[in-house]
Amino acid sequence: MAEVTTEYLKSIVFQLNDEEYAMPVDLVGSIERMMHITRIPGAAPFVKGVLNLRGVVTPIIDLRKRFGFESVDYSESTRTIIIHHNNMDVGLIVDAAYDVIDIPKDRLEPAPEIVGSVSIEYIDGVAKHDDRLLILLNIDKVLADEALASKTAFQDKQV
Amino acid sequence: MEMNEYLDVFIEESKEHIQSLNDQLLLLEKEPDNLDIVSEIFRSAHTLKGMSATMGFQDLADLTHKMENVLDAVRNQQLTLTPGIIDIVFNAVDALEAMVLDIIDGGEGKKDVSDLIKQLEAIETGESVGETKSDHVATNSNKPTINVNQELDQFELAVLQQSQEKGFKNFQITVQLQETCLLKAARVYMVFEILEQIGEVIKSTPTVTELEDENFEFDFSVILVAQDTSEAIQQKVMKVSEIEQVQVNELQLDNQSITETDAVVEETPTKVKEEATAKKESSKSQLTSKTIRVNIERLDALMNLFEELVIDRGRLEQISSSLRDNELQETVEHMSRISGDLQNIILNMRMVPIDQVFNRFPRMVRQLAKDLDKKIDLQIYGADTELDRTVIDEIGDPLVHLIRNALDHGIETPDIRTQKGKPEEGILKLNAYHSGNHVFIEISDNGAGIDRDKVVNKAIENGVITQEQGQTYTDNQVYQLILESGFSTADKISDISGRGVGLDVVKNTIESLGGTITIDSTFNEGSTFLIQLPLTLSIISVMLTEVQDEKYAIPLSSIIETAIVHKKDIMRAHNKQVIDFRGKVVPLVSLQHVFDIPGEPNDEEYYSVVIIRQGDKMAGLIVDSFIGQHEVVLKSLGNYLTDIFAISGATILGDGQVALIVDTNALIK
Repeated sequence: MAEVTTEYLKSIVFQLNDEEYAMPVDLVGSIERMMHITRIPGAAPFVKGVLNLRGVVTPIIDLRKRFGFESVDYSESTRTIIIHHNNMDVGLIVDAAYDVIDIPKDRLEPAPEIVGSVSIEYIDGVAKHDDRLLILLNIDKVLADEALASKTAFQDKQV
Repeated sequence: MEMNEYLDVFIEESKEHIQSLNDQLLLLEKEPDNLDIVSEIFRSAHTLKGMSATMGFQDLADLTHKMENVLDAVRNQQLTLTPGIIDIVFNAVDALEAMVLDIIDGGEGKKDVSDLIKQLEAIETGESVGETKSDHVATNSNKPTINVNQELDQFELAVLQQSQEKGFKNFQITVQLQETCLLKAARVYMVFEILEQIGEVIKSTPTVTELEDENFEFDFSVILVAQDTSEAIQQKVMKVSEIEQVQVNELQLDNQSITETDAVVEETPTKVKEEATAKKESSKSQLTSKTIRVNIERLDALMNLFEELVIDRGRLEQISSSLRDNELQETVEHMSRISGDLQNIILNMRMVPIDQVFNRFPRMVRQLAKDLDKKIDLQIYGADTELDRTVIDEIGDPLVHLIRNALDHGIETPDIRTQKGKPEEGILKLNAYHSGNHVFIEISDNGAGIDRDKVVNKAIENGVITQEQGQTYTDNQVYQLILESGFSTADKISDISGRGVGLDVVKNTIESLGGTITIDSTFNEGSTFLIQLPLTLSIISVMLTEVQDEKYAIPLSSIIETAIVHKKDIMRAHNKQVIDFRGKVVPLVSLQHVFDIPGEPNDEEYYSVVIIRQGDKMAGLIVDSFIGQHEVVLKSLGNYLTDIFAISGATILGDGQVALIVDTNALIK
């Protein structure tokens, strides 16, 4: 093709455990400050609970827990990114959410074996952008619930 | 003409007419001599025919027409009803229903009905002479008169014939009003005024009442007996303003041998009947004018908006009670009361009589009884009991399963019943009634009942329970087993039931509706299936409780009472905590333990206990404190979190936080 204009991937950049991550902006419904979260007993450990997002009960995933990072107390900058994916509304708790940037698609590289501290299965790739290293999350994998089926673990508590 | 806007009305009304055909036919089967019922059926068939012809559903119209002919012959006592005839008419109604269903699904309502038409024709020709001739007229030419002749019944034909013999002429006049015409009824009236000066109007399509109600589009046709020429008639009618077109055709009837005496004798009663019909129809239209049809989606939207309002109401209540401002509190209280009334009205609007589900059963039972060679008396009570529409939509299939089950496994064949010393005819009773916040539906039969030993053996065989359990289970526990999946004790599998797939589906559906099903049975005397359903699914009353920092809502419908229990009253049995509650041993469940709630266990002298119940089993839930009773909106946890143990959903409290709703059934099992 004559036109080699680069296609861009519009992404939201957020911070988690001192690393920067990105995910496609069209997934994102809104970014919220921390609200009261109701714990769901018996759900997977990384499911923080549910919150009332303008009348919709929305489940919240703690990304730190999801990736096995050490938990920290929520601060002023802690945010919940509400994403809409596969007919599900889910919130992700991140340390901070920054800007929306355009990542040229040709800058995307497959994830190297060792990048940051997130296990490679959750990563779609990495991108270098103005001296920043952005890690692209694979939302499907993040939401996949290999541990969500905690029902069985719970059943022995029945009367 | 734009037909689509009438299609909905057509579908609604056809369904009603088909239902009434079914109902009346069943009645007729019981009283074959009751000609009033035949007339009623005839009327329904006639209206249906008219409607479907107008809408252009030819097959539908043809079949109803043939049906009408048979019915007419019966009505005029030219034909005696036999079970065979009723069966064929039933089949015809089935075909009609299938066609209407096809139309609903967007089809054209076409179906090969030639067989049925042949059968109906055979009935007509075999036993009625007069009817064949009117048919003959219908087929004898391709003049424009053909349609009219089809619509004419015998008496009208006879009248026309008579007048023809006396030198009068018969005209078919089709009047088309201008589409801009506003007062259609007034124009119709003027046309009729003129026509009646010229001669006598024998028949009009649509009927006069329909015309008066403006229940037609822009054209109607009448059959007139007069001496004028067709041109003169046309000119006279055209004098009425806002008339687009008038078509006058002379009707030529074949010389038919309908004897004069026949016509004279029977003319009067028809007229009386027609008047009666007209009267009935007018009283009907008065009744219907008091209701309006509302699209169910609008009601759903209203309900959703109202749910939002309930959440905000809770919030306002909380704010006002913390601000302690008198005026604010008064206003909020008033608003709460009004929204409470509003809630009742909205819920009531969504209520539908269970008859909508029940009304298809007589037909089904009749057919099944035939297939199974059993004699069944179906008794229906409480068909006017009302239920939320969402529940109505779901409850049909489970009930069908249960009825099939009762007919197939419950009620015995006549000879076995005789051997057992029971009357040959088995009774199947359907009963619906309200009680508290619930609706109960009872399906009972006086058949064989459930054989406890057979169920136990089967359960052990299938590995559902162990030998010991089989001995210790109470009868009720044993009966509940037949609701488990893969469980069928039928000796042989029939195509009606017995594949062991039905009853567990029934149970699951009912439980997903927040209801329960219990079985009571006496061997050889019959069984009763009792279904308990909530009145509504979206707004429920709950008891809010607190455990540590978390709030849990327990549906009021499953709570018997709350109690404060002293520590020393708690006993241990089988390593479980139990209390003696009004003479019954009730196991205790700590919500903190079940839900893994962080925090030090409560170390107080007294426990707050919510006694819950499912069926005849009870349990006490230990909580830290009771907050109070609330009306809350049931929300789902969404698609991401499914299968959370003992949580049936969530709700949003007045402070905007989410509280979880406890699924008490899961805790009792």
